[in-house]
Amino acid sequence: MKQENNKAYKFGMVIDLDKCTGCGSCMVSCMSENNVPFKEDESKKKDSITWMRVYKLTNGKSFPDTEVVYMPRPCQHCGGKGDHGHSPCVSVCPAVATDYGYDTGIVSQIYTRCFGCRYCMGACPYHARYFNWWDPKWPEGMENYLSPNVSPRMRGVVEKCSFCYHRYQAARDQAYAQGNKDEIDEENYQTACTTACPSGAIVFGDLNNPAHAVHEIVKPDPHPDPRNKHVVGKSRNPKVFRLLERLGTNPKVYYLSEREWVRKAGDNYLDGEWDKIKNHHGATLSND
Amino acid sequence: MKVDRRSFLGLGLGAAAGIAVSPIGMKLTDDSSIWTQNWPWTPVPVDGEVTYENSVCSLCPGSCGISVRKINNRPVKIEGLAGYPINDGGACLHGIAGLQYLYDPSRVKTPLKKNGDKFEEISWDDAIAIVAAKLADIRKSGSAEKLACIADKEQGSVSGLFKRLLKTFGSPNFYTMPGLESYLELTAETLHGEGQTIAFDLENASFVLSFGAGIIEGWGSPVNCFKANASRKERKAKLYQIEPRLSNTAANADKWIPVKPGTEADLALGICAVILENKLFDSPATSSFKGGLNKFGALLQKEYTPSKTAEITGVNASDIEKIATLFANAKMPLAVFGKGRGDGAQSLKELAAVHILNCLVGNINKKGGAFVQPKLKYLEFADESMDSIAENGFAKTKAAPYVNQLIEKVNESSQPVVEALFVYNANPCHSLHDAKKVKQALGKIPFVVSFSSFLDETAMEADIILPSHTFIERLEDVPSCAGLAKSVVGLTKPVVEPLFDTKNPGDAVILIAKALEGNIAQSFEWETYEECLEEVAAGIWDSLSEDGFAIISEEVPSESVPVNISLLANNPATVQAQGDFELTLIPIDNMRLISAGISVSPFAIKTVSDKVLKGKDIVVDINPLTASGLKDGGVAMLTTPIGTARVIVNFNEGIMPGIIGMVEGLGHTFDNKYVSNKGININALIGPVIESGSGLDAAFGIKAKISKA
Repeated sequence: MKQENNKAYKFGMVIDLDKCTGCGSCMVSCMSENNVPFKEDESKKKDSITWMRVYKLTNGKSFPDTEVVYMPRPCQHCGGKGDHGHSPCVSVCPAVATDYGYDTGIVSQIYTRCFGCRYCMGACPYHARYFNWWDPKWPEGMENYLSPNVSPRMRGVVEKCSFCYHRYQAARDQAYAQGNKDEIDEENYQTACTTACPSGAIVFGDLNNPAHAVHEIVKPDPHPDPRNKHVVGKSRNPKVFRLLERLGTNPKVYYLSEREWVRKAGDNYLDGEWDKIKNHHGATLSND
Repeated sequence: MKVDRRSFLGLGLGAAAGIAVSPIGMKLTDDSSIWTQNWPWTPVPVDGEVTYENSVCSLCPGSCGISVRKINNRPVKIEGLAGYPINDGGACLHGIAGLQYLYDPSRVKTPLKKNGDKFEEISWDDAIAIVAAKLADIRKSGSAEKLACIADKEQGSVSGLFKRLLKTFGSPNFYTMPGLESYLELTAETLHGEGQTIAFDLENASFVLSFGAGIIEGWGSPVNCFKANASRKERKAKLYQIEPRLSNTAANADKWIPVKPGTEADLALGICAVILENKLFDSPATSSFKGGLNKFGALLQKEYTPSKTAEITGVNASDIEKIATLFANAKMPLAVFGKGRGDGAQSLKELAAVHILNCLVGNINKKGGAFVQPKLKYLEFADESMDSIAENGFAKTKAAPYVNQLIEKVNESSQPVVEALFVYNANPCHSLHDAKKVKQALGKIPFVVSFSSFLDETAMEADIILPSHTFIERLEDVPSCAGLAKSVVGLTKPVVEPLFDTKNPGDAVILIAKALEGNIAQSFEWETYEECLEEVAAGIWDSLSEDGFAIISEEVPSESVPVNISLLANNPATVQAQGDFELTLIPIDNMRLISAGISVSPFAIKTVSDKVLKGKDIVVDINPLTASGLKDGGVAMLTTPIGTARVIVNFNEGIMPGIIGMVEGLGHTFDNKYVSNKGININALIGPVIESGSGLDAAFGIKAKISKA
C-alpha cells in the first residue's frame, strides 16, 4: 500500500536577543507545560533539569563598558551535517531512543526506550540534554497539576526539549479533523516558551513556509554554504546566527542580535578569525 | 571432597562459562534496568476533557489576564490571556507558576489558633467567635482606635471592606505596605494636589529617562512594561537607565548611566538646572507653576550646576548636559521614577525631582508622557452606620503616618499602641526594613489576626489565622494601578473549588462584622462577599462579569493640572545611607524573585542563577576593584549597622566600585524546603531611615563592610 506522504515541515525558532530580558517566563512555562520536576536544591545547575535554560552572556569588558545579554537555549533540534537528520545525539544513541523526525525536523526523545547511557549528552554540543539522577517527586497534592500530555520521566533516563511535540500532535489532529491535513496553521502550533514570552522575543514556526514569521526573519538558505558544505539553512539575514554554526550541526534555533559582540559569542574564534568570517557565520577558513 | 588448586580453578572457570552462556545475566540486567525505570510512585497524570477558563492574576499589582487550562476540571497550566487589555498573551514566570501556590504544602488548610508556640486547628465558627469577642472587649474598654490593619494596598473591594470594618469599629488605623501606587499618589498629591495619581505612557514615549525604575524587572505592571520595552526597537524610542548597577533594564537600555546610590534626586535636579539654564523647558507649561519657580531656579543655579551635580552623583558634567538636552528635545520625553520594582523604600524628594522633569518639558497629559489623573474610582459603598464609639474613634488621628513608623511606635511605647492587628495580603515580617524589629513589634501586639493563605513569617506571629483562598480559588476585583496608562479593572474568578477549608477574605471580614453586631453588623448587610462585590461594583458589574474586565479609561487625560514646586524650591535634604562603613549595600530587584508579599514558587527559584543563590548561600555582586582581599566565589562576612551575614562573593564588572549588591526576596524562614531557608533576607541587614517632612522610609541601601570569612 502506498503510504500517503505528508508534507514535510521544518519547525524552527528565532530568538531576538535584543528583546530578551532574561525574565525567565520561558523557563517556567516550559517546566509547567512539560511536567519538569523540581527538587530542594536547584542551584547546582549541572543536575538542574531545565529544557529551556537562559544563559547570561557578557562582553567581558570592565566597568562601565560592560554589557550583558540573555540567551535562552532550548534543544537546538539539529539537522546534523548537511541537514540530513544525523543530529549529534541521534547518531550515537544505541537504543533509537532519540530520533530525527523527517516530517517535522524535531529531534524526539522516547523515555521508555532510553536506558540512560548518556552518550547523547556527551555528543550534544549545546548541553541541552539532562539526566534524571533521581526519581521526580512532587510534594503531596502537587501531582494534581501534572499534564497528561507529557509523561513524567523516571530515574535513569535522559530528557530534553521536544519543541512541545504534544502541541504539534494536537494541532495536527485538529487540522485533520477540519479536513486540511496538510496544513497546520501557524498560530495553532506554538511552543509553550513562545506563547509565554512577554517580550515577544521568541518566534516559532515552519522554516519551510515562506508565509511564517520565522521564515520571514531567518530567510534560510536551502543550499549548502559554499564555504562549508556541511552547513545548510544558513540565514540570509546578516543579524541572524546559530550557535557553533561551523560544526555543521545545523540547529533549527536561530538567534538575532544587532550587536556584533553577541553574534561573535555564538562560536569560539581564534585571534583575527572573526573579522574574516563575521559576515559568514558558519563558514570555515580552511576547506576542511 | 578435596579441593585442590586444579579443581578450584576448573570449578571457577566452569561457573564463569556457565553464567556467560546462560541467559540469567542478561535477564537480570534487563530486569533491573526495567525495574529502575518503573517506580510505582512516578505519577501517571489522569487524562480527561480539556477546558479553558479565563481569570485575572492578582499576585502583583500587574493584574494580567490569564487563561487556565483544565483537565477534568483540574487546573494544569496557567498562561497569559490573549486579547486582555494589559498583557495581551504574555505572562510572567510567577503567574505561570501560580498553580504551585494553589497546591503549596505550606498553605494554611484550616483556621488556626496559637496555643503557646504551636498552632492548633479550629473551626471557622470558633475562629470568628474568638476574633469577635476579642474585638468587642477592645471596643468596650474604650480604645476602639487601637484596632489596626496592614494590607497590601488601598484599592479594591476587599481592602474597602477592611477599611469599612475599621471605620465602623472606630479606628482610623488602616495602613498599607509601601507600593508603587502609593508613591505615585503621594507624588501627585505633593505636586498636583489631592486625589490624583500618576501613570506613565511607556508604550508611546520616544525617550524614557528612567531613574532606576526596573522597567523589565517587575516595576509597575510587569508584562505591560515588558511589552512596551520590546516595542522600543520598532518605535525607534530610546531608554536611558540611571542606576548604580547594570541591571537587566540597564543592560537592555540604549545607555546605562551609573550613578552613586542615593543621589538620583540630585541628578534629576542637575538635569532640571541645565533645562532651565538653557531655556529648554516648555514655557506655556512652566508659566502656571506655583510655589516659587524663580526660587527653584535660583536654587538650581547655585547648588546644582553640572559640575556640582557631577561631584555629588559621579556622572560627568558633560553627560549631564547631554542627557538634559536629549531629554528636553525629544518629541515625547518621559522621566520615570521608583527605583527597582518601585515598591521598596523611596524618598519623596527623589520622586518629586524626577517628576518635575516631566512638568518642565510639558509632557503632562500628552501622548507618550505622564498622565496625571484622578485616582481610579469604581466602587460605591453605601454610607456606613456609625455609632458614637465609631464616630469618636474614627475621628482620632492615626497612630503613625506610615507602617514603618507604626512599627517603631509599637516597639518604643510602653503602653500598647495597637491592641489588635489585622494583616491581609502582606508579610511585613519579611518585607519591611529591619525585619527583626518588625517581628518584635508584632510580638508586642496582644492580638494579631492573619488572613494569609500561607504560613509565612507574619502568619507565624499571629494569634489567629483565617486562611484566604488563593487567587485561583477566589472572586475579587483587581484594579490596575502602578503607573499603567490604561485604567482597567479585572475580575479574578474562582477557577477551581477551594482545595482546603479556606474562605474569601471578603467573606471572613463580613463574618467578623456580623459577629460584632450593632452598627458594625448593620454596615455589612450582605450575605456573602459575592453579593457585596456585585453591589459595590454595580456600575461596571455587567462588563466585569461578561468580559472579565472593564476598561475605565484608556484615553490621554485632557485636563491641565496645576503644578506646585514648593517642596523642591525649599531644598529638602537628601536622605543619607545609615552608618559609617566605606561601602554601600544596595538591594537588587530580580525578576525571578519576589521582593514583597508572597514567597517565590519552586519553579521560579529553580530559574535563579547560581550567581545569586548557591546552595543555601546568597551571592553578592561586587566590583573587582572594591574586592581587595576577597576571592571570586569565596565566602565573606558582610556587616552593616543592623546585622551580619555570611555571603558568597561574585566579582561583577556591571556594578559601580564601592557598592555591594544583594537580591531581595530570599531568606524566607517558613516550612517549605523548596523555597525557604535559602540565602538571607536583605531587610534583616537594612534599617529604615525616615525622610524628614514626608515621613517615608527612604533607606535605599545601607553602609556596609565586607571581609574574608
